Amino acid sequence: MDNNAVRVRNLLKTYGPRTVVDGISFDIVRGETFALLGPNGAGKSTTVEILEGYRRRDGGEVSVLDEDPGRAGLAWKARLGIVLQTTGQPAPYTVREQLIQFAGYYPRPRDVDEVIDAVGLTGLAGRRIAKLSGGQQRRVDVALGIIGNPDLLFLDEPTTGFDPHARREFWQLIRRLQAEGTTILLTTHYLDEAAQLADRVAVIDQGELRAIGPVDTFGGDDARMPVVSWVESGVAREVRTDEPLAVATALATRLGQAPEALEIRRPALEDLYLAMLDRASEHDDELEMAR
Amino acid sequence: MNTMVQGARRAGYEIRGYVRSTDAVFFTFLFPILMLGLFSTVFGGEGAQSYGQGLPALTAVQMYLPGMLAAGVLLSGLQNLAIDIALERYDGTLKRLGGSPLSPVSYFLGKIGLVLLTGVTQAVALLVVASMVLGVDLPTDLASWVTFFWIFLLGLATSALLGVAVSAIARSARSASATVVPVALVLQFISGVYIFFWLLPEWLQGIANLFPLAWMAKGMRSVFLPPEYAVLEQSGAWDLGHVALALAIWSVVGLVLSRITFRWIRRDA
Repeated sequence: MDNNAVRVRNLLKTYGPRTVVDGISFDIVRGETFALLGPNGAGKSTTVEILEGYRRRDGGEVSVLDEDPGRAGLAWKARLGIVLQTTGQPAPYTVREQLIQFAGYYPRPRDVDEVIDAVGLTGLAGRRIAKLSGGQQRRVDVALGIIGNPDLLFLDEPTTGFDPHARREFWQLIRRLQAEGTTILLTTHYLDEAAQLADRVAVIDQGELRAIGPVDTFGGDDARMPVVSWVESGVAREVRTDEPLAVATALATRLGQAPEALEIRRPALEDLYLAMLDRASEHDDELEMAR
Repeated sequence: MNTMVQGARRAGYEIRGYVRSTDAVFFTFLFPILMLGLFSTVFGGEGAQSYGQGLPALTAVQMYLPGMLAAGVLLSGLQNLAIDIALERYDGTLKRLGGSPLSPVSYFLGKIGLVLLTGVTQAVALLVVASMVLGVDLPTDLASWVTFFWIFLLGLATSALLGVAVSAIARSARSASATVVPVALVLQFISGVYIFFWLLPEWLQGIANLFPLAWMAKGMRSVFLPPEYAVLEQSGAWDLGHVALALAIWSVVGLVLSRITFRWIRRDA
């Protein structure tokens, strides 16, 4: 058994003359949570749908749970859990009916009531899905994704439309799945969500992999250099330094008092991500100009 | 084996969902009954009459019943299923099923179970209304009912398979009903459902005979009209062998097309 749940090498996908995935390679280790980030139209969804077996690739090698998704059968699908981005019309069934139906497709499903509890729909199990709020319907989607007790879970923008409280609860649910050893591939627009949940992140832009690495060291030391900011004579100032404490102390000594609105922070994943995409588009602009 | 069990589970699930969507129930189920009532009222003013020299007199409702039964088979099979599957493909229901270990065959078995239930209920209701309310004498011999059942079941299977195939042609959920409904309507007009088949020009009959509905309607006429009425057919006979052949060919066409064209996700996405 391969130690990687997912292995992608030089993945290529074209639609007519357009190359939407251009030579992407990455691995996802078993038990890991891997976040795929990138702007809309970057090739994230196409990549994920190739891994899920929905689409055929035009080049490269892909292995998901030791099988080629382009050829794998129903037994392989039984080991996946997929939470799609859009799930269309809510069915005219109750939450429990829908989960019982889907549980029946899998060889070793989770307990239906346990899953309903886990996604926080306990009191609503007997209600028709169409009568639930958008956020509650999204939890049904997640419940359907995990009902088969998957080894590998795909989460495509799972918390879009959640209120902050529901999002926190969802994160708790994902942490429980992580603790049970589920491998997770997460795509999300919320960088804080990726920072909270993922072990590693990768950024895809214009069909190419721009960066990949552990959340803790993402973007490299330079980009992650802490920022010391404060307000002096009504003017906001900031300094980037790898010795923030020394800078702050020196500052206090110079001012003869604690600096106003003093803050020391590391750039968040979101800052690093946006800076990276900005650099990429500036680079493209330069290329445009050079032509 | 598991495929069959899953198919049965799907059928139960589909039927439950269908019963809960009242608009679908209304249109597919009551439409032929309404049409039969309407036609027999509009054209039934003169009471029973003979439709040819030496032919026994029949009421309008008796003349329209076979066509309505055939149309009901086409509607619950082809039209209903084509739109239903196209909708499910476009709203992502099929995509979700495609990500589960459910076999496509089980999915189809579920749909066929639904079609069978709606088709049978519709036909029974039509026959009950025709006989109890509209005073049609139904056949009393076993042979006629045997003929009815094989034409009904073969017709339903053919329509269902064609429905699956047609659903793949649709470019969107809206285009599914926009394409299927008019085509089904035209077929009903040229296949002897709303207009008596023998009144149509021969070339139009020829075109209609390329499609399965005309054969289903002809088969139904053989069951519900007196044997003398066979003289009104193009060939002067009921040709049940040809009916079986035409439906069998169309069911194979439907099966092959479904097998080739079926996808869990839409083409352009």
